[in-house]
Amino acid sequence: MSISTREFVCIGCPLGCNITVEHDEGQIKSITGNTCPRGAEYVTGELTDPRRIVTSLVKVEGGELPVVSVKTRTAIPKDKIFDCTRALRDIVVSAPVHMGDVVAADICSTGIDVIATKTVERG
Amino acid sequence: MKKDLIIIGGGPAGLAAAIAAKEAGVDDLLVIERDAVLGGILNQCIHNGFGLHTFKEELTGPEYAGRYIEKAKELSIPCECGTMVVDLALSDDRKLVTVMNKQKGLYTIEAKAVILAMGCRERSRGALNIPGYRPAGIYSAGTAQRYVNIEGRMPGKEVVILGSGDIGLIMARRMTLEGAKVKVVAELMPYSGGLKRNIVQCLDDFGIPLKLSHTVVDIKGKERVESVTLAQVDEKLKPIPGTEEEIACDTLLLSCGLIPENELSTALGVAMNPVTNGPLVNESLETNIEGVFACGNVLHVHDLVDYVSEESALAGRKAAQFLTEGLARPDRTISIRAVNGVRYTVPAMLDLSRMEEKQLVRFRVGNVYQDAAVVVSAGGQELINRKKKVFAPGEMEQVILTKKQLSLIPELEELVIEIREAKQGEGR
Ligand SMILES: Cc1cc2nc3c(=O)[nH]c(=O)nc-3n(C[C@H](O)[C@H](O)[C@H](O)COP(=O)(O)OP(=O)(O)OC[C@H]3O[C@@H](n4cnc5c(N)ncnc54)[C@H](O)[C@@H]3O)c2cc1C
Ligand code: SF4
Repeated sequence: MSISTREFVCIGCPLGCNITVEHDEGQIKSITGNTCPRGAEYVTGELTDPRRIVTSLVKVEGGELPVVSVKTRTAIPKDKIFDCTRALRDIVVSAPVHMGDVVAADICSTGIDVIATKTVERG
Repeated sequence: MKKDLIIIGGGPAGLAAAIAAKEAGVDDLLVIERDAVLGGILNQCIHNGFGLHTFKEELTGPEYAGRYIEKAKELSIPCECGTMVVDLALSDDRKLVTVMNKQKGLYTIEAKAVILAMGCRERSRGALNIPGYRPAGIYSAGTAQRYVNIEGRMPGKEVVILGSGDIGLIMARRMTLEGAKVKVVAELMPYSGGLKRNIVQCLDDFGIPLKLSHTVVDIKGKERVESVTLAQVDEKLKPIPGTEEEIACDTLLLSCGLIPENELSTALGVAMNPVTNGPLVNESLETNIEGVFACGNVLHVHDLVDYVSEESALAGRKAAQFLTEGLARPDRTISIRAVNGVRYTVPAMLDLSRMEEKQLVRFRVGNVYQDAAVVVSAGGQELINRKKKVFAPGEMEQVILTKKQLSLIPELEELVIEIREAKQGEGR
């Protein structure tokens, strides 16, 4: 057994509690410092499977704008964020692109699609 | 040209106001937008976190704007893009709106009512009080956001950001994701002006340090920025000698806060609130000039677009009422006095005969208060006493007053709104 501790700042509300978690290789032993149950939920997610929605840009060919804004449809694992943005840098789509169009399917094998968040017409 | 209603600005505020006015029966209306497209500042805010309240979804800025642009199209609301309002004047009770359009040149539209929805702009570089050169590579955070997110250009590779407002924090993440190295975010105050959520997700997630009580004291480089020097400041915000640290970088972003864009309002003679730098409005979001309404960031700076849409719909409804049945002239005006930690309220006054059944009053506090209560009273009688775990300057607050409750108080002239605290916090 090797108990380690990690500190988090809860983003559930402006109080921003400093929460300490004691865990044994991801197995949570104790959660202290949270003022309400949402804080415990938040740190559990952060410790076991931290995820973020990633927003970025993809190049557009022949469009009214040179780039289109995109997002992952749902949150992807935090450690895939940079792989995801790197992969998006190499993608070029042709105009028109419509809001909601899939720009890259199953990005970095996360099972999650990257979709356009803006419409870029032919320019 | 004549119009019943002109809406200046096609951002979320202008769009929501136009939609509400049209739905309330105003057909002869026009939205004027100086950009080539509608949507305002949201077009460059490609991050998620918009519409949590309205749509129960985390949309990106363009997606949120898209929903309102679609709605405006469905309702066939006419919008003139690429057209800038350059002057506002009064002629009797008519509003003269002078606009500039590349194709049509300069012309004036006569309107019965006007809704001001021009949004806000960033505080200028003047905030940066440093002698010496102004080499290339210094941008306001909003300008950088536009370069990166709309034009697809990166302003630089090694970045220092001064100011920890939300735009600065969001740009720290944006530039990091695009491959730049953000070395540090420096903040003059001992607390950040941004939402905690953004500090965690934009800085902590990427290991970007936030230096509180720090400022830029020197910039090196003639053609292009080569380094900036940071120093710690004391309680009087003066740099402490000996704490200087030089940081090599090619780009300095300034995120020094937003200020409502009210040159046009002032030209028209609209009375301003010195705290918000926005117009003083009553329960109908009407300014001191009859038939001139204001909403969105031009009225007071919002951090949540959902509130902008809600507030602007009220301005639209009230403008419609003014045009169709006529708004009664204020008869029993009650002023709202903000004291003890409450910096201002919108509206700043209300009229019993004109208010809707429920009146939302939004406000901001001047400090962090824990386990405190917001109290609204009339002549010592408490009308509202609502406890909250935290009040913070970064988050807009609200209370709801009802017509019923206010009508029961005889000769009501003033309401007082204040924060009553158990103990005061240290900052965030
Ligand atoms: C960087 C940044 C990040 C944000 N992040 C979030 C977030 O994560 N979540 C959230 O909910 N909210 C966020 N907000 C807040 C939200 O985007 C704003 O409160 C909202 O966009 C304000 O809407 P508005 O219509 O008042 O102003 P704007 O969007 O600025 O629109 C004003 C419009 O008026 C036009 N205009 C101005 N003057 C004239 C003139 N003279 N003639 C013609 N047209 C004119 C402008 O071109 C512009 O299109 C953010 C804001 C910024 C700046
Ligand atoms: S633990 Fe609860 S009270 Fe504390 S910041 Fe999170 S949501 Fe807010």
